[in-house]
Amino acid sequence: MAGSNPNAKPMNLTLRVWRQPNRQTEGRIVDYKVKDISPEMSFLEMLDVLNEDLLHQGQDPVAFDHDCREGICGSCDLFINGRSHGPEKGTTTCQLHMRKFKDGDTITIEPWRANSFPVNKDLSVDRSAFDRIIQAGGYVSVNTGGAPDGNEIPIPKDIADRAFEAATCIGCGACVAACKNASAMLFVSAKVSQLALLPQGQVERATRVENMVAQMDIEGFGACTNIGSCAAECPVGISLENIAILNREFLTAKAASNNLA
Amino acid sequence: MNWFTKTFTSSIGRKIIMSLTGLFLCTFLVVHLIGNFQLFKNDDGVAFNVYSHFMGHNPIIRTIEWGLVLGFGFHIYEALMLTTRNKSARSHKYDQFHAEQNSEWTSRNMGILGSIILIFLLVHLYNFFWRARFGTLDPDINKNDDLYKLVVSSFHQWWYVLLYVAAQASLGYHLWHGFRSGFQTLGLNHRKYMPLIKNFGYAFAVIVSAGFASMPLYFFFFTNEKGALLSDMPAVLHQLTLAFN
Repeated sequence: MAGSNPNAKPMNLTLRVWRQPNRQTEGRIVDYKVKDISPEMSFLEMLDVLNEDLLHQGQDPVAFDHDCREGICGSCDLFINGRSHGPEKGTTTCQLHMRKFKDGDTITIEPWRANSFPVNKDLSVDRSAFDRIIQAGGYVSVNTGGAPDGNEIPIPKDIADRAFEAATCIGCGACVAACKNASAMLFVSAKVSQLALLPQGQVERATRVENMVAQMDIEGFGACTNIGSCAAECPVGISLENIAILNREFLTAKAASNNLA
Repeated sequence: MNWFTKTFTSSIGRKIIMSLTGLFLCTFLVVHLIGNFQLFKNDDGVAFNVYSHFMGHNPIIRTIEWGLVLGFGFHIYEALMLTTRNKSARSHKYDQFHAEQNSEWTSRNMGILGSIILIFLLVHLYNFFWRARFGTLDPDINKNDDLYKLVVSSFHQWWYVLLYVAAQASLGYHLWHGFRSGFQTLGLNHRKYMPLIKNFGYAFAVIVSAGFASMPLYFFFFTNEKGALLSDMPAVLHQLTLAFN
């Protein structure tokens, strides 16, 4: 294999995997052994090996969420050894490689735990609470008619950069999973500040933050206590500054908007 | 619900009340600490008793006192509401949860630290505030209530000193996270000013908690039963305490 490390020795691992047949049934942690895992495999490829073994043995493979496997879609969502997306900083589970583990390691794999994220099956969780928060206000109005010129609206470079930083949120839910309070404020703040910073987001600016925070509360996420686990575990490095922006946006919207309801 | 109650019962609204009351209580700590430094005056408590008489009888202070009661009340009430909400957001716990690898201990244990401070506060209020306001204390040479005498005798009981020092350590850790957190919740996080707010908060936490803890320790180790400096203390410390007077 091109670029492969000839010194990389295959590993044998013990996996403690959360198994749960469906939403209604209580699950439990089941131990599995996987053999000859290449350190160059991604974590999800290692789980593929496990699933292939399980299929050969006539057992039900482990369900887990994944899609692009390139770290950009936000589908993968494993809680590995007590951390969102595992021990490595700034990566999604699909970009976590087995070289971060040692031969003989025991790895505990759990689904995101939050009442707002019910477990579908095994390690797969339902994150549609995030979709409903976005539906509540994570959009901008666009006029129909002729296409506007790309550079018609001037945006200072540093503002564009900050909005882009916030926009890199992939909505994976690692922030909720890592938070002691299962709070979704880092996610919501990324979406709110991304749009609040840009001229295109001004039309719905006040209603957006009011509605998104209201939906966040309805979904049952916890409140932020400024612990910082979320930002530390975020695979794309969304910063806590966004939560301050969210609080600011919320306070000014509540104080000054015409919404009496 | 109208917009006002909706705002302040939302998760962010409750946090805003937490931070406003918390920062208000910080200003109280400063006043309380500065006033109490008069305990170190080696004058048999005359100055301290004048001060405590003023604090107990001045109508403006007595009015602000109600603000303080409300400040504590709301801070504790919102803490309970938020904690209940946060606990119910994750009813199925993780088998492995390693928050210590991604966050500070103090920030995750504000409730425990606050509870220790609350227990301390109740003991503290009963022993000093309640007795000074509603009990009868011996008069000092100016005919003021001799609260100083009560302070000195309290701080000669080892368990009382221990409770105070433990509570002040908790207060220090509570402020270590709470000060900066209060600003963050109000949206006052700016890359230009946050380092200053953070460091000021750390210094504030250390100075306030060490300042309060120094009082019981001073009386327990360095004074006799009447609050006068011991003559047989190490010479360096003797010079140090005299320098304060």
